[in-house]
Amino acid sequence: MISFSGVTKQYRGTTKPALDNVSLNVDKGEFVFLVGASGSGKSTLLRLALKEEKATVGEIFILGQDVGAISSRKVPFYRRKLGVVFQDFRLLPNKTTYQNVAFALQATGKSRGFIQEAVPDVLKLVGLTGKEARMPHELSGGEQQRVALARAVVNKPAVLLADEPTGNLDPMTSQGIMALLERINAGGTTILMATHDTMIVDRMNKRVVELSAGHIVRDDEHSTYGGI
Amino acid sequence: MWSMIREAGAGLRRNLSMVISIVLVTFISLTFVGAAILLQMQINQMKNYWYDKAQVAVYLCTGYEQAPLCPDGKVTDEQKTAIEATLKSEELAPLIKEYFFEDEATAYKNFKEQFSGSDVATYVEADQLGQTFWVSLVDPSKSEVIAQAFSDTAGVSSVKDQRTYLDQIFQVLNGASLAAIGVAVLMLLCAVLLISTTIRLSAFARRKELGIMRFVGASNLYIQTPFVLEGIASALFGSLLAGGALVLVVKYFVRDYLVTAMPYVSFIQISDALIVWPVIVGFGVLLAGFSSALAIRRYLRV
Ligand SMILES: Nc1ncnc2c1ncn2[C@@H]1O[C@H](COP(=O)(O)OP(=O)(O)O)[C@@H](O)[C@H]1O
Ligand SMILES: [Mg+2]
Repeated sequence: MISFSGVTKQYRGTTKPALDNVSLNVDKGEFVFLVGASGSGKSTLLRLALKEEKATVGEIFILGQDVGAISSRKVPFYRRKLGVVFQDFRLLPNKTTYQNVAFALQATGKSRGFIQEAVPDVLKLVGLTGKEARMPHELSGGEQQRVALARAVVNKPAVLLADEPTGNLDPMTSQGIMALLERINAGGTTILMATHDTMIVDRMNKRVVELSAGHIVRDDEHSTYGGI
Repeated sequence: MWSMIREAGAGLRRNLSMVISIVLVTFISLTFVGAAILLQMQINQMKNYWYDKAQVAVYLCTGYEQAPLCPDGKVTDEQKTAIEATLKSEELAPLIKEYFFEDEATAYKNFKEQFSGSDVATYVEADQLGQTFWVSLVDPSKSEVIAQAFSDTAGVSSVKDQRTYLDQIFQVLNGASLAAIGVAVLMLLCAVLLISTTIRLSAFARRKELGIMRFVGASNLYIQTPFVLEGIASALFGSLLAGGALVLVVKYFVRDYLVTAMPYVSFIQISDALIVWPVIVGFGVLLAGFSSALAIRRYLRV
């Protein structure tokens, strides 16, 4: 489903690579935590998967596609098969909950009929029924992240990439988001989530891949943040 | 599509002052483009009309010429016969469509008609106006041959191609149309820069939204279209104004004023301006679409 082999990423103007010879395989339906200190390369790995950046060396295959070989004209179509959420939610401040989710479908050319059916469904999944007309500033942080999650999964992507989705949330709210991610994962979506939230990783007991200065230093099934 | 038009409308309102300057700059630049086109049309029309009618005049000696012209004084009958024979000769005849001889009396009559009511008419005597062979050529551009054939023929004072007078007029008109093109090019450059700056500002104001569009997988076309529409809409308005201004100029200045002021000249019609209108609107729209698409490209790079 997701495969990195010998991937190195060196940003222009830097001397040390952000990712150094990273190899990683994630199977369909897995839930994988990507942990490590700030600056260890977690976001870089996700950006490579999203083809926001190009690997300097190595190959990335996602959903059977050679990510490095996708032409820039085809990138939007590739991204439609992935869902993404970020620490800062990235909602449009002048659009309602409903419009923020519908926007992703409009931008990818979905029919009005499909949008009218899919948006209420996904808002129900994330528990925002009744808050369709709220603007982002009228929602709590946790609710805003739910809107972002709804937008990420409304296209039913096979892979969900999450970059510190609980980074701006308090522990209680984070719990709710994690429960939601687990539900999405149970529906068959492969999830790769970067985090440095110890408590969450420890409680979930999932596969943990640890990055340190661009190297994978640990890759354990059913593990915790710090290892055994 | 409706949402895109609405986005473009919102973008236009956000940058109202920039949009007004785009409208003005495209209006002025395309007015100059259109004026240059109309001037060329006018030149062609006059050429078609006059060049065919233009003749070569072979002026014969009157006896009043200053030396060194006509050393033998007034043209004699033998000289006239010799000149006519040259016009009928094997070398010249094939080049000449027709010629006619204008004697002093006819020239005097024409002169009197032309200056009737003016004092000049009473002072000029018939024998002061010379006799002339008016020659129409098969190819009006070959007047040089006639001039050479009579360059030192006894009894000929000078050979004049009427087209040389016309060419002076056309040179002035051509100069004016070149100047219009020069101004138009400069103004078009301003228009392109202004459009791309406005579109960049508009994209910068919406960079967050553009970022979101990109990670949800919006196609480049979807991202680009509102901006291109925004550029096109402002230029469209400017070029419609320019076309309208040209039609008004042709109607009120050319047709209503010049046509009565210069009745012997054939002028362009309002229909010519109506042809130029869609041409400059199309040109303005293409230019604006192209420059806004180019300006937004940076935000589409993955
Ligand atoms: N756009 C960039 N240009 C240059 N260096 C970058 C860029 N993004 C990240 N880096 C560097 O790459 C390294 C990894 O960063 P990142 O992937 O963001 O780490 P993490 O998400 O684990 O905190 C850091 O040293 C960071 O400074
Ligand atoms: Mg990061």
